[in-house]
Amino acid sequence: MSILDREHIVASQSYNRWLVPPAALCVHLCIGQAYAFSVFNLPMSKLIGITESAPDDWKLTELGWIFSIAIVFLGVAAALTGTWLDRVGPRKAMFTAACCFGGGFLVSAIGVATHQLWIIYLGYGVLGGCGLGIGYISPVKTLITWFPDRPGMATGMAIMGFGGGAFIASPLSVWLMDHFKTATDMGVTATFVTLGIVYFVFMSIGAVIVRVPAANWRPAGYVPPVQARKLMTDQTVHVDQALKTPQFYLLWWVLCLNVTAGIGVLGQASAMSQEMFPGRISPQAAAGFVGLLSLFNMAGRFFWASTSDVIGRKNTYFVFFALGILLYAAVPSTAHMGSVVLFVLCYGVILSMYGGGFATIPAYLRDVFGVQYVGAIHGRLLTAWSVAGVLGPVLVNYIRQYQIDHGVAKADAYTITMYIMAGLLLVGLLCNLAMKAVHERHHLDTQNQPAQ
Amino acid sequence: MDGPDVRKDYTVQVVLAWLLVGIPLLWGVWKTLLNAMQLFQ
Repeated sequence: MSILDREHIVASQSYNRWLVPPAALCVHLCIGQAYAFSVFNLPMSKLIGITESAPDDWKLTELGWIFSIAIVFLGVAAALTGTWLDRVGPRKAMFTAACCFGGGFLVSAIGVATHQLWIIYLGYGVLGGCGLGIGYISPVKTLITWFPDRPGMATGMAIMGFGGGAFIASPLSVWLMDHFKTATDMGVTATFVTLGIVYFVFMSIGAVIVRVPAANWRPAGYVPPVQARKLMTDQTVHVDQALKTPQFYLLWWVLCLNVTAGIGVLGQASAMSQEMFPGRISPQAAAGFVGLLSLFNMAGRFFWASTSDVIGRKNTYFVFFALGILLYAAVPSTAHMGSVVLFVLCYGVILSMYGGGFATIPAYLRDVFGVQYVGAIHGRLLTAWSVAGVLGPVLVNYIRQYQIDHGVAKADAYTITMYIMAGLLLVGLLCNLAMKAVHERHHLDTQNQPAQ
Repeated sequence: MDGPDVRKDYTVQVVLAWLLVGIPLLWGVWKTLLNAMQLFQ
């Protein structure tokens, strides 16, 4: 397996660094499928009954756990494998992610064929979830190293792929299930097998393409800034040391609160739009609204991360939180005004900043802790995503239900939620404002710790 | 002459690699946009 090792993928002088973003996209476009997993829920609830759910068919509530387990293991795998990944390099990590993610589909196919839900929990949830986590963080450090002049844009391109993967996976999965469907089979097993093989091959192509730059390589004409920005360091903070700094926990909350606000809305967008505009937004139009939000989510990852290269990470997050507070506070008014366009625009910008938060955080970490352990630190920070993935939807759903149970009209049931989201963003704003450069006692040189 | 030839090879690879990821992504975005149009109809 030596061809997977870091020392075998050191690029030649003439290697074109613009090959690295598509290599990263090969992975992120595949693992972004996770956002589209819900397309399997309904077919998998009718595997026995075919036309309608039979008593022995799986319930939607049971199937919902597959995605939840996968997201939890995304966070766990990213946190646990970050240090290993920094050591072995991107090719081995990307190939491992391909084996886990593709393998997760194949194991799940066995679970569908034998109608054993625990096998799917184990396959897509645990194995696939580990593939998600390893795949998500695997190209980040490599991209930052190749693009020291534009780290935000580079990681933004890759992480944009994670947002865009669902656009491909959703229609592709539906088409495959239609293709394989028979009078006695929903076509899910064959679809899982096909997707497992396709994703494994596509992600492996990324692993083949990717290279790491030679030591001390710099882009032609690039001169590191002499006058560094306030938060930026040219020093290295070891991952274990980073966990002892207040900056890590401030950034953890910055990410967690930004994601909590966005993910709660994204998960409830369809129902929310129909309930806030009763009779005006149909279920079909609501599905279009969800698609549009996903587009803003994807585009925001590239736009905001690239913008952060110009205005700085702290300023970018300031915009996320300050503008987010204003927009969340404005959403109930757009509903009262009956303006669908303003409503869509508010949520579009909010979701662009949700995606932008994901895409900008690796460059923020690089600025604050240096590039050497950024993969490992990023992996640990992604536990904030797992927490937000539970917190956001729970907040939106439970507060809505509480409001309705206490006699509030459905159209107004989200008003309090929006104000609470704005409050969460205010806390995030304060955390971001508290960010300052890491004290030099945490720097690797002053600690005399061994480099990897 | 070795250097420029190698660079040319990478240019082709760069174009192919971007097509590999760009075509499916644009297809997905197009399908999503078509779906999203229903919101304003």
